[in-house]
Parts: sequence; C-alpha cells; structure tokens
Amino acid sequence: FASSSSDEVLTIETSVPFTSHKCEPPSRSVQTTPKELMGFFQDMALMRRMEIAADSLYKAKLIRGFCHLYDGQEAVAVGMEAAITRKDCIITAYRDHCIYLGRGGTLVESFAELMGRTGGCSKGKGGSMHFYKKENGFYGGHGIVGAQIPLGCGLAFGQKYTKDETVTFTLYGDGAANQGQLFEALNIAALWDLPAILVCENNHYGMGTAEWRAAKSPAYYKRGDYVPGLKVDGMDVLAVKQACLFAKEHALKNGPIILEMDTYRYHGHSMSDPGSTYRTRDEISGVRQERDPLERVRKLILGNDIATVAELKDIEKQAKKEVDEAIAKAKESPMPDPSGLFSDVYVKGYGTEAFGADRKEVKSVLP
Amino acid sequence: KEMTVREALNSALDEEMSADPKVFLMGEEVGEYQGAYKISKGLLEKYGPERVLDTPITEAGFTGIGIGAAYYGLRPVVEFMTFNFSMQAIDHIINSAAKSNYMSAGQLSVPMVFRGPNGAAAGVGAQHSQCYASWYASCPGLKVLSPYSSEDARGLLKAAIRDPDPVVFLENELLYGESFPVSAEALDSSFTLPIGKAKIEREGKHVTITAFSKMVGYALKAADILSKEGISAEVINLRSIRPLDRNTINASVRKTNRLVTVEEGFPQHGVGAEICTSVIEESFEYLDAPVERIAGADVPMPYAANLERMAVPQIEDIVRAAKRACYRSVPMAAAA
Repeated sequence: FASSSSDEVLTIETSVPFTSHKCEPPSRSVQTTPKELMGFFQDMALMRRMEIAADSLYKAKLIRGFCHLYDGQEAVAVGMEAAITRKDCIITAYRDHCIYLGRGGTLVESFAELMGRTGGCSKGKGGSMHFYKKENGFYGGHGIVGAQIPLGCGLAFGQKYTKDETVTFTLYGDGAANQGQLFEALNIAALWDLPAILVCENNHYGMGTAEWRAAKSPAYYKRGDYVPGLKVDGMDVLAVKQACLFAKEHALKNGPIILEMDTYRYHGHSMSDPGSTYRTRDEISGVRQERDPLERVRKLILGNDIATVAELKDIEKQAKKEVDEAIAKAKESPMPDPSGLFSDVYVKGYGTEAFGADRKEVKSVLP
Repeated sequence: KEMTVREALNSALDEEMSADPKVFLMGEEVGEYQGAYKISKGLLEKYGPERVLDTPITEAGFTGIGIGAAYYGLRPVVEFMTFNFSMQAIDHIINSAAKSNYMSAGQLSVPMVFRGPNGAAAGVGAQHSQCYASWYASCPGLKVLSPYSSEDARGLLKAAIRDPDPVVFLENELLYGESFPVSAEALDSSFTLPIGKAKIEREGKHVTITAFSKMVGYALKAADILSKEGISAEVINLRSIRPLDRNTINASVRKTNRLVTVEEGFPQHGVGAEICTSVIEESFEYLDAPVERIAGADVPMPYAANLERMAVPQIEDIVRAAKRACYRSVPMAAAA
C-alpha cells in the first residue's frame, strides 16, 4: 500500500470523549498503526459483506428460522479483538455471526451453519444463534435474552479459579440490560472480584422497543451502581479498542466493569422485522452517513495516506469474492446425516436408547 | 457399618473434591453455615472459600455462573437449598446446561451437578413441597438421579460428579437423617454406581413395584405387609430417572405380570406415566392386570397435617394397589 511503513505508530483521537462511572476514563488518544487500520478495514468489510449475503440467502429461503444481522455494529467485534487474546473469552447473545468471525471462525463454516449443513461450525445443529469456537475462547451464541450474562461471569469464575490471568467479555444488548439476572450475576462478580467485562452493545432498540421505552435509566454504563462503567462510541473501532484494553486491565486488578458501546444496527431485529416501524428511515440513513464504523476507518486510512481509494475498493471487492466463494463451498456441504439427530445429546451415551417421533420406527442407542 | 444419608452425601462430596481440584461446591449457606441441611459440613474448613462458595440468594445468577464455569472446564456442584428454588434457575438448567453440548455439536460440554433436597417435605406448604423428577427427566441432555439409601447416595453422587454431562441430583430432606447399612465396597473412595441402572431392592414373583427416593422405603414396607398375605412383591429402586432403566422394569414385569408405580410427584405426566407407557409398549402381552399408579394427590401441597398425609402416598396405598393388581383387593371404605 501507499504507506511507507505499516508499523509506524499513529496516535488518533477518539470521536468523542469516554464518559465514565466510578473510574478515571482512559485517554482519548489511541495508538494504532497503518497495518492495524488496514486490518480493521478488511475485517469490517468482510463482516459487512457476510451479513448482507446472509440477508440475501435468507430471502432466497436458504436460511431458516431466526437470523439476526450485525451490520452497523462491526466496530465492537473488531475493536474488542484488537485489545485481547484468544485466551480471553467472549460470550454473546444470538447476534453472533461476526463475533464468531472475529474469533477466527471461517466464512464457510458460518454459511454452512446458517444453511444447516454438516460443514457448519455446529454441524448444522445450532443455526444462526448458536455459533461456537471454544478453542479460540468463543462460547456462543445464546438465544435466551440475558442468560449469557451469568454464563459469562461463570467463565470469568473459571479463569480466576484456574489463575489464568485472562478475562471474559460478555456481550448483551440494551434489551437484555434490564434482565434481573444481569444484576444477580454482577453482584456475585463484584463480591468475588471476577475478571468479568460486561459489554452492553446499545443499538438503542430491544427488538422494536426503543431504549427509553424499556429502561427508566438508559445510561447502561451506570446501571452497575457499585460497578464502574464506561460509555464508549461503539461506532469508533479505536475507541472500542482503547476501552477494551482499559477494561481488561481493570478487570484483572479490580473485578467487573461495564462497557456501554453506543452502536447501531442497520438491519431490523431479525429477518421478519423490516426495521422501519419503530424508527425512521432518516434515522438509519443519518447514522450511515455520520457514524458508519467502516467509513470512519476509510477516512482515517485516506487521511493518513495509508492507502488509496482504489486500494480500499479492491479490499471490498475481495471481501465480496471471498464471501461468494464461501457460500458456494458451503452449499456443497451436505445436510447432516440422519444419525446426527441422536449424536451429542450426551458426551457419553451409556448405551441408552433415544427415540424419534415414531419410536417403533426410529430409535437409536445414543452414541 | 451403618451410615446416614447425610454422612454418605458429605463423604462423597469430600472424596470427589479431594480427588479432583476442578470440583467445587457453590450455593446458599454451603460454607460458613455448614449447609442448610448440613450436607456440606466441614468442607469449607477443609477446602477453603475458593472451593466452597456461599452465594447470595439469587438462583438464576449463581446457577448461570456455575454453568459458565463448567463450560470453562471446571466441575461445579451447585446446591439448591431445595429444588423448589431451582425454578428460579430452570431456564439455565434446561437452556444453558442441557442443550449446549448438542447445539455446539460437542464443543461445549457441561460436566456439573445440580443437587439438593427434592420432593414432599413435612409441614412446609405448597411452595416448599414438590417433586421435580418428571420435570427434569423430560428434558434430553440432562441426567436425573434420585438416591434412596446411603449406598445410593454415595455411589450416585460420586458418579454424577465424575460424569461429563449435567446431572440433576434429587435428594430427600426426610431421608438425610436415616441410617442404612453400607458395605465395605461402598465405603471405598473408588466406589460409584452406574448411571441409568435401577436396583432390584427386593426380589418377588407376583407384582412389581417401582419407586425412587423416599418411596423405595415405603414400597419395601408395603412388600413386608404383602408377604404376610402371601403376595411376593418385587421392589425396583429406580435410582436413575433419566436415563430410565426400561430393561430392568420390563424384565421384572414380564416375570410378575403386574405393575404398581409409586412416586410423590403429581400424577399427570409423571414418572409413573412414563413407566406405564414403556410397559404397555414393550410388555403389553405379559400384563395380567391394569397398571396401578400411586402418586401424590393432584393438588398443591396442603399445610394441615391430616390433609398433607392424604396428599402424599402412604404405605397402605401401595399395599392396596398391589392387591388390586393381584385381584385380591378389598375396596377402601368410602373415605374423605
């Protein structure tokens, strides 16, 4: 690319200052490199393209059931990964495709899972909401709103118990932020100093309910009361990175912290939601024009002469190509073998019988 | 040697914690209080607060944390003060524990135990007196165990802690203080019982009685009474509600040709209903009499002593049902 040295250190100011609760906020000046910025652009372009492709596959009826898309929120997944290692854990709700990709999941396994194929990351048995990559510290992919929060605190418990000096990032939306179990888990995490980072991805709508209609106090970074919090521009990948670096250090020393990521989803809540009954088209296009995470990085790259407009276009074309190839490959993956119906119910089967719908016709000894 | 069920559970926990540093105990009052029912007595002193954790009274929170720790590879034992309170956390037990291994195609196993007293207690009213065996046993991905004797308690709890899957372990408060003889074998720290296998507590020829937990004792007493009247009852202690040992049950029914199921839980969609179906499916032609079900009354648990007694199975109920199955019944005098 045009830049002379891809490792030179650049210092860039975050879009807006951090707002903090019971802690000193980190500096607005974030260090990065041309190489990192190019990586951010590449990763976010790939995520964006993946979700747009998933939208098409859904409309072509190749994806079934629920499908929650992440486009608009890419900076959270990408900025978080830039601050942590794969020994740190991430757990999230059902809007999980891009988190999985960020953790080193592949496009082919993503699309194969979305289409219920055996080559999927859960062999076609999880679906859109249940992606996992345990070997890289990604623990799903959970469908019950808010339930992943205690689970994430439990991962943090495991990290502290085994003295691993790592942390868990637990993602949840502004809808889940009002769940009672958040406060139960946070209380315990604070009592036990667990290295738990609660990341509220505030996209401002829990399904179709605007935050102010669901939360008496939509200042989610303050909702931990005795737990410190930080409000972050979740559309600014460098702000996300800075906040996550800060949170990891804090959590290892002092226990839990809340990061509220101010973000936005371009798609509706899920595929059955056009996303336009409870918000205006102007609001959506306004965010796209003013705050888009990908465009922000594009401007930084161009402004610092790191790459040219054409080179960035090429990256986006390449992302589209990779996605198209992955879809073609995923389509070749067969549907699961019928025997897969009975596998993985238990780790060990003990020779127990399990039954299909007509137990006289379909039964199996659990493998 | 004799041992109470409480001592059996305590020693099983102690031995498994000693054998595997990944095993830890969490729940309300398990530490400094020494356990609401003293099952965890002495464990805090021995293993310290890192492995014996007193939690706030927030079941959804601490159960979810326990399951997350199991995802990470630890082997949590989560105590519910009673299983009634597990309703606050049942979403985690079903949706976060039972289904994860399947949804992740084997990536996210959940090696843990949910344990505590279950079933009818005495004089505590409707919200603290209920059997959850059929609730949990209906869910694939869980294993559900329910010990009767001290040997059961030791062998099944140790097996549950070592098991790679989530196990719901249903104890009974009223059995904690009961003593049972235990063999030298059962006292060995390597002792476990197989999950999914029932035990024939008493052999018999004329009628099969299935029971679990406290009802095994009632069934055995009923068998004593029946034997005096020339009826030889075979008593099966289920031990495992899920997997259910259909083979042992059906083999017994094929021998005796008659079946009485006993449980404390509600009758509708109960454990007895499932056993009855299994026998009708597999051994219909062996049955010489309709299957008899003895279960808790189909009402919330009343407080008053006389009503409470009517709401849970009594030994005479089992005796009467067994006689009916053997066509030797004398109808109950118009009661109520």
